[in-house]
Amino acid sequence: MSKRRILALVLCVALIPAVALTACSGDKSDASSKIVIGIPQDLEDSLDPHEATAAGTREVLFNVYEGLLKPDPTGDIVPAVASDYSVSVDGFTYSFILRDGVKFHDGTNVEAEDVKYSIEKCAGLTGGQVLIAGLSNIESVEIADKNLIDITLKEPDMDFPAYIANTNAAIIPRSNSKPATNPIGTGPYMYVSRSPQDNIVLKKFDGYWGTPANIEDVTLKIIPNADSIVMNLNGGAVDMFARLTVTQTQQLNDNFEVLEGEMNLVQALYLNNAVKPFDNVDVRRALSYAVDVDNILELTSEKKGFPVGSSMFPAFSKYYIDLSDSYPTDIEKAKELLASAGYPDGFSFSITVPSNYQPHVEAAQVISEQLKKIGVNANIKLVEWNTWLSDVYTARNYEATVIGVDASSLTATAMLDRFVSDAENNFTNYSDPAYDELFAKLYITPGDEERVEIYKELQKNLAENAANVYIQDMAEFVALSDKYEGYTFYPLYVQDFAKLKLKGQ
Amino acid sequence: MKAVLKKLLTFIITVLLVTLFVFVAFEMIPGDAATARLGINATPEALEKMREEMGLTRPFFVRYFSWLGSFFFGDMGVSYSYGVSVRSMLASKLPITLTLTLMAFIMVVVLSIPIGLYSSKYEDRVFAKVIDVSGQLVMSIPPFFLGILVTYVFGMLLHMFTPGGFVSYDINFGKFISYLIFPALAIAVPKAAMSTKLLKTSILSERRLDYVRTAYSRGNSTMDVLYKHVLKNAVIPVITFLGMTLADIVAGSLVIEQVFSIPGYGRLLISSIANRDYPVVQAIIAIIAMIVIFINLLVDVTYQVLDPRLRGN
Repeated sequence: MSKRRILALVLCVALIPAVALTACSGDKSDASSKIVIGIPQDLEDSLDPHEATAAGTREVLFNVYEGLLKPDPTGDIVPAVASDYSVSVDGFTYSFILRDGVKFHDGTNVEAEDVKYSIEKCAGLTGGQVLIAGLSNIESVEIADKNLIDITLKEPDMDFPAYIANTNAAIIPRSNSKPATNPIGTGPYMYVSRSPQDNIVLKKFDGYWGTPANIEDVTLKIIPNADSIVMNLNGGAVDMFARLTVTQTQQLNDNFEVLEGEMNLVQALYLNNAVKPFDNVDVRRALSYAVDVDNILELTSEKKGFPVGSSMFPAFSKYYIDLSDSYPTDIEKAKELLASAGYPDGFSFSITVPSNYQPHVEAAQVISEQLKKIGVNANIKLVEWNTWLSDVYTARNYEATVIGVDASSLTATAMLDRFVSDAENNFTNYSDPAYDELFAKLYITPGDEERVEIYKELQKNLAENAANVYIQDMAEFVALSDKYEGYTFYPLYVQDFAKLKLKGQ
Repeated sequence: MKAVLKKLLTFIITVLLVTLFVFVAFEMIPGDAATARLGINATPEALEKMREEMGLTRPFFVRYFSWLGSFFFGDMGVSYSYGVSVRSMLASKLPITLTLTLMAFIMVVVLSIPIGLYSSKYEDRVFAKVIDVSGQLVMSIPPFFLGILVTYVFGMLLHMFTPGGFVSYDINFGKFISYLIFPALAIAVPKAAMSTKLLKTSILSERRLDYVRTAYSRGNSTMDVLYKHVLKNAVIPVITFLGMTLADIVAGSLVIEQVFSIPGYGRLLISSIANRDYPVVQAIIAIIAMIVIFINLLVDVTYQVLDPRLRGN
């Protein structure tokens, strides 16, 4: 045989497995239902629910894990791993009754010891640190009976059930030594596998105690590049994507239904109240008068979005009061206020914005243009998300920023506690003794009605002092392929895959 | 032998320098793996504890040399973001980036050599002129933009592939390769245009040399002269260019992965930088540096084979 023939033979042999592979692994039959859901970032912090911090991670883990309680789509807190709970008259002890027959994804039953282990781990009672801020108030976790767990608090806290309902406070098996790489929960979906920066595969958990999920296989596909999202959707590689921009939804083809909801956050031009000139209330008010929210909505989101005037969004309907008219656009008044504050010719400052959040970048650009009318020159400084976290949020080394602040738990407190002067998360350095005093009252006021009144007073305080230039609760757009239905909005940052189903299923 | 030793030394020094630079860069940019991991819930104590767990509180050089020591023995550490060994993570992604790079490179060679030969041989034909002009045009398009164009034309209009429908090699190899054809094309076309132009000018200038006239006078046919004499000489600068191009293609594939949603080294590198996941970043950069140096080594060897004058030196 000539050399050439040998080569040809070798090539042919080499091709056989490739052809065979192509032949035998064609499309799986569509007997089982599946969906591909796009997400903008991988779950990079941790798959351990107690250590997960990113909102994008928690919204996915919501399907895998459950706490003793969990939120429902209306924002109410409903029993999950616990079937019921009661609180002692003095408000110190919460007793949870473990639901019968709740199984972990590995098939074992949930026992009271697992609950004790999980809650103690979150609360930092076993030597570690407190993993969930709201649970630092726990004094002890006792197993009172085979299926009865008593949690005693250091101080009564009306918001405690909301903290327990947080996905972060999930119940996990005490036998699992590696929850970060081998997640086992009790939720409607179980974790199958992942490929970093590519996908995460979930499967319906057949042993789920509650209403089972409809779709068998869920693949989460990571698409960090905003330009690729629409192509992935239109091309058919992805069936669903949440939190799209208006522009993106306009580019979708007819195979998609666009659902509209609210993001449940407060987007604002947050001001560092500790630096000049923002330590002056007149300057802050002047900016609030100069910024035209309707114009921002018109230019950035086709008028979609809900203007807000304080640090609370409408989904907290019980606590929310509409303060969006506190500062109607009034350039003359803004100029007067600036002059009386000692800045008749305006000033310059910079708005630090995380570059990966296009809606915030766009809002900052509009604001920068609007402020020129009162002689204020705002430079936009784009930074990467991690730099924003460390410089702006942690070190508070900034002048102003546009960002959306959401509630870390289903409590109105979570929106307002960050404005107490010495709060660890008070990144705006807001400081008003009247506010602190009012906030402290929340803990000693037992009556529900009076408490609601305090929440409203707190919101008014922020609006009156123009703590920040409040913009909106942003509209959320979800693209869902017309093969599916059942997408459900929550007043929290979660995605509930279990309610999705094939049309006609 | 001496040459090989010299190469090896350059290899080691380059990898050392590159990894040291990355370490220094991480030292200078704000934020670290602990802030990335804990996000907005971080308390100062929790951050400090996390830093200690991650070994970030140790002095700079201790960290660098301990990383280097383990890397030398094949231990790339554990990713902060994923909690799994960097080695297993990178091993599963290497075939993706490598296949994409090789496919793009093969396309450059397969496209540029015949076209280069054609347009130098029939310099005056209209078609050769068309190639010239379109080559000039294509050369100036950045691969990123070309990627978007390719997706639009072949994916959205002609439906020749599903944008974003990447299939991993371990699931379906055939689909894997067919998906990579278009990204590879986006990387290859501008490079192929440059390579074509280089080959053409190189052949044209060789053809004016004395030895060509001698070859003709000895009665050789045009084909003979072109393939047996001119091409051998003309291809040397092209090889140099292709060597450099291959390094460029590796970089280009990192970019094009973003456009085509290919989960290779590029995606991993970018997200790891954002998360300050330095074990992953260090390992990827060290591997890319090694690949580039290895390619240069191959180019040197190719010279020796093609050009007898360099042999024995």
